[in-house]
Amino acid sequence: MPVEQIADGRKVWQKRNRREQLTHWASWFAGVAVFVYCWQQISESTTWFFVWDAPRIAGDILTRATPPKWFYINELWEPIWDTLNIATLGTLLALCLAVPTAFLAARNTTPSTMIIRPIALLIIVSTRSINSLIWALLLIAIIGPGVFAGVLAIAIRSIGFCAKLLYEAIEEIDQKQVEAITATGASRWQVMAYGIVPQIMPAFAGVAVFRWDINIRESTVLGLVGAGGIGLQLSASLNVLAWPQVSLILIVILLAVILSEWVSAKVRGAII
Amino acid sequence: MTTALDTRLGQPWRKPPFIKRVWLRWSVAAGAVLYLIAAIASIEVNWSRVYEGLDRGAAFIMSFTRPDFISRAGDIWDGMLESLIMTVAASVVGILISIPIGLGAARNIAPLPVYLVCRSIVALSRALQEIIVAILLVAIFGFGPLAGFLTLSFATIGFLSKLLAEDIEAMDRVQAEAIRATGAGWMQWINYGVQPQVMPRLIGLSMYRVDINFRESAILGLVGAGGIGATLNTAFDRYEFDTAAAILMLIIGIVMVLEYLSGIIRARVQ
Repeated sequence: MPVEQIADGRKVWQKRNRREQLTHWASWFAGVAVFVYCWQQISESTTWFFVWDAPRIAGDILTRATPPKWFYINELWEPIWDTLNIATLGTLLALCLAVPTAFLAARNTTPSTMIIRPIALLIIVSTRSINSLIWALLLIAIIGPGVFAGVLAIAIRSIGFCAKLLYEAIEEIDQKQVEAITATGASRWQVMAYGIVPQIMPAFAGVAVFRWDINIRESTVLGLVGAGGIGLQLSASLNVLAWPQVSLILIVILLAVILSEWVSAKVRGAII
Repeated sequence: MTTALDTRLGQPWRKPPFIKRVWLRWSVAAGAVLYLIAAIASIEVNWSRVYEGLDRGAAFIMSFTRPDFISRAGDIWDGMLESLIMTVAASVVGILISIPIGLGAARNIAPLPVYLVCRSIVALSRALQEIIVAILLVAIFGFGPLAGFLTLSFATIGFLSKLLAEDIEAMDRVQAEAIRATGAGWMQWINYGVQPQVMPRLIGLSMYRVDINFRESAILGLVGAGGIGATLNTAFDRYEFDTAAAILMLIIGIVMVLEYLSGIIRARVQ
């Protein structure tokens, strides 16, 4: 325990000794310096006049945006249906691709740890670290704008997420059940179907619903880059500064997000 | 006398169905099939356009073998730096703000009015998409990294406060009570009774959030909120797949480094 002797010979307890104090202080100093530098950079590229003006602009936008243009909802039903489809089909497609990836990536089921596992892990990392909007941008450049690009973007983005959670679940399974099935003389595929799959089923269902919920959120904005769904209407309304329409769309998106979160919480509660 | 066992003898084992009630099983299956048909039918795929695009897709995949870091090096460097700056600044500010809000959103610490206010802040921040917040903030504050910084801070608050509050609600009451019994004031109670229990998880979650913030900062540029997204968008629009591939590889690389670092830090604090 670090103890320091003060002038009159008494000993005083301290949390850290001198060296720890110095490193602690130095790391805080470095952290603060980095933050100040970052802030300075942000501040340099900001037009502060606009910032001081911001409350007025915000109030202005708010007055323009209220009340929402309620009857515009009639034009929104189809985009809402598209958004739902993008999320659902995207999730289904992602799950179809994520399950094999997860089995290839899990240490206890992969056919080869040297070659196939790193490839599967690379797929997981690269699909996960790129946002679905960027995937959408890319797919639009390749296959053209539309709902299909949105479905694919959501699907690709979700592979990594689902496969990561699934392969972690596969690695945590109870090996005894697998052994029991193997002991009956089951083939490799039968072991998978009766020894492993029943054990990861709850995790699988949980991941599927969880990801579906996230995908509903993400598919609402995919239209901003032209990949279909309600985001298309949002960006069109923003471009013509039709603020009453924007506010209605934002309300619809908020409701959709809350509803999907409620559904996913209910379903996960029922499964797990 | 026949027992339940006797009737089963001699019959092969069958996997029990997932849903026991027959009519429910069939109607769920039929509903799913109907929905799938309707959903797939409503997607218009222009297959000739897709076919034409396949070449471009192949070109894009091939461009990963020869990413072009050089010809737009200046733009890439500026964008990356701006993304990192926004990430750091927003993470620091977001974490600092989310600690008091997280304390307020924990029912076992905060009084009811504070709890409700903090919970509604958390709910609002979680319900609004980053990109939508960014659009609104760009409209209000003008183009530039300030809007991105504010967006990421706002999103960090919702994420971190919620998880911190849940962690505090799940903490061990005994330790906190022991500190209280020594006659500690409220600040001392938080500092010595609550903070040590949630600190490891708070650090882990903060690191995770830094990682998410960087990934999100890569798209904020699409709506003019600063960062690498604008460069990436331009590269796609001009079909400069080599540059786009370089940027994507950089993003993946930085995310991997951040994940690795946060793994080390989490392993050390836990």
